[in-house]
Amino acid sequence: MVWVNDIIQGILTGGLYALFACGLSLMFGVMKVVNLAHGDLAVVGGYVALGVITVTHVPVLWSFLIVVPIMAAGGYVLQRTLIQAALDRGVLTTLIVTFGLSVVIENALLQFVNANSHSLGVGNAIITGSFSLGSQIQIAYLLVLIFAVAVVVLLGLQYFLSASRYGRMIRAVADDKEAAQLSGIDYRHVFGIAAAIAFGTVALAGIGYGMYSQFAPTTGTDTILLFAFAAVVIGGLGSLWGTLLGGVVLGVAQQIGSQINVSDQVLAGYLVFLLVLVLRPQGLTTRRAQS
Amino acid sequence: MSEPQGRGGDTPLLEVRNLTVHHGQLRALDQISLQVFAGEVYAIIGANGAGKSTLLRTIAGLHHPTEGSIRFDGKDINKLRPERRATGGIVMVPEGRRLFGSLTVEENLQVGATYARKGPWTIERVYEIFDWMAQRRSQRTAQLSGGEQQSVAIGRALVANPRVLLLDELSLGLAPVIVQRIYAMLPQILATGLTVLLVEQDVSQALRVASHIQCLLEGRTTLEGRPSDVTPEQVEAAYFGLGPQAGPGTEEGYGTTEGPGTTEGPGTEEGYGTTEGPGTTEGPGTEEGYGKGTTAEYGTPGSPPAGGPGGYGGAGSPPVSGVGLGGVAPSGEEQLLWSGSTTSSRGS
Repeated sequence: MVWVNDIIQGILTGGLYALFACGLSLMFGVMKVVNLAHGDLAVVGGYVALGVITVTHVPVLWSFLIVVPIMAAGGYVLQRTLIQAALDRGVLTTLIVTFGLSVVIENALLQFVNANSHSLGVGNAIITGSFSLGSQIQIAYLLVLIFAVAVVVLLGLQYFLSASRYGRMIRAVADDKEAAQLSGIDYRHVFGIAAAIAFGTVALAGIGYGMYSQFAPTTGTDTILLFAFAAVVIGGLGSLWGTLLGGVVLGVAQQIGSQINVSDQVLAGYLVFLLVLVLRPQGLTTRRAQS
Repeated sequence: MSEPQGRGGDTPLLEVRNLTVHHGQLRALDQISLQVFAGEVYAIIGANGAGKSTLLRTIAGLHHPTEGSIRFDGKDINKLRPERRATGGIVMVPEGRRLFGSLTVEENLQVGATYARKGPWTIERVYEIFDWMAQRRSQRTAQLSGGEQQSVAIGRALVANPRVLLLDELSLGLAPVIVQRIYAMLPQILATGLTVLLVEQDVSQALRVASHIQCLLEGRTTLEGRPSDVTPEQVEAAYFGLGPQAGPGTEEGYGTTEGPGTTEGPGTEEGYGTTEGPGTTEGPGTEEGYGKGTTAEYGTPGSPPAGGPGGYGGAGSPPVSGVGLGGVAPSGEEQLLWSGSTTSSRGS
């Protein structure tokens, strides 16, 4: 029964990891940008939610309606300016630039907010409540909610990419941006849209994380970025559903690790990550061959 | 080269003036000028590395010239980004097809039509001229053969309703019979009022379809005119950079240096003129040296060089100014040679 509980908790936590990871995966898949500031952006999303809630008094659960568009717009602008400028100088430059961005964000948060930890929605019945299955399994409403959001986001993204005009353009640009230009497509604009989506999803993840746990300026690189990377690599780079699978595998591994020894929780996740890297470096799903 | 004569009488649709393009230190194009008038089929010919593709890519906006200007419909487009040129009516079918491999045939066409100008071409119309395509519309283009991919690439360009269609090396990596079939589509495409600027290594093919040709060699124009106004000797000289005396130029001929010698084997000149293969067994000369070299390269000793390729070069291509194909045919053969080698090197 303990193990069943671990697996259920692990799977549900995987939803959160998938939310973190899908933006990272999208940005890599479309523009070959490994966004090292991705975790910090999630934290920024959390802080923006905090600010929005303080100023407008919107309910925590609905704050995403304001936060996600703000972050998406920020993503578009950042992509069209800083990240595009880095891309024009070569893909490797984006590593340095996003790493720099990560450092800047962290220190700006320390400077202008503070180093304290924050969390969202303390005292909200849905966020802190749970229900029991049998006698030993307690499931938090929040984790179920986050998992559902992750599935909805992935379904929506998949539909958007496969059926919409912009989704088609994103896939075309990911395949061959020069050929896309010859078809009249401004790939920089398409990159901007992809970044907007990535930033929107990471904002959702940041809000979810703020409710699930607590965040501080350094949480982004300490925890979130590494989990997101692990989920992406386990699932397979460039595959959307792979991020969910990767997140779930990571989550379950962590839960089982913590069952063996509480301090082994994180270690167990990274052991699985290493195992996948060694045995199946292309990830568990290889839906799309990398062009 | 002298200024192109006003062929259409009025202003050219596309005009390139003194275009110089560098790839790093290398001067890929050197003061190239050309005028393409509406309704023309303008062919740029030349050997590998002559700068043909660079010229087309620069017109499409993918390279930046160091000097010179490109005018389209009377307006300077030098500063326009590639996608703006495409939506403005200059659409290129790039070398090597460059389809969106993870997209289906139909999606490739839809992407091409995203920012289409108004015009006669629709996806349905493309399905009409390439009748196999509709049935396979939901297949990924990565699963298509080279010729089919080339057709989709052409379709993707057509649905944008270009005013000028740039075709970069349609024949690259394709079997000659497929190339013939694709070029046979050209009249249907032209009938909709398109202007075509194409780049081709296959000289006989280019001469067959073009209303105007321009030959490049090492980034410079070496010959220009209507196909009926140039002699095969001129074309050959311009293509290979041979002087009026063919002999000294032999060193520049392809494969000659690998040829075991020039004292035996059929006289290629004759071999090509008469479409059936092995002709006379003597007659050293440049053409022969070339043919010989090719044979050596292909490692088919014993087979007379003029056999297959000569037949190909001669077959179907109308004799230029009634002289027979003596000079031109080696280029036809060369295309065969290269299409073979490029296929393997590109792995397409």
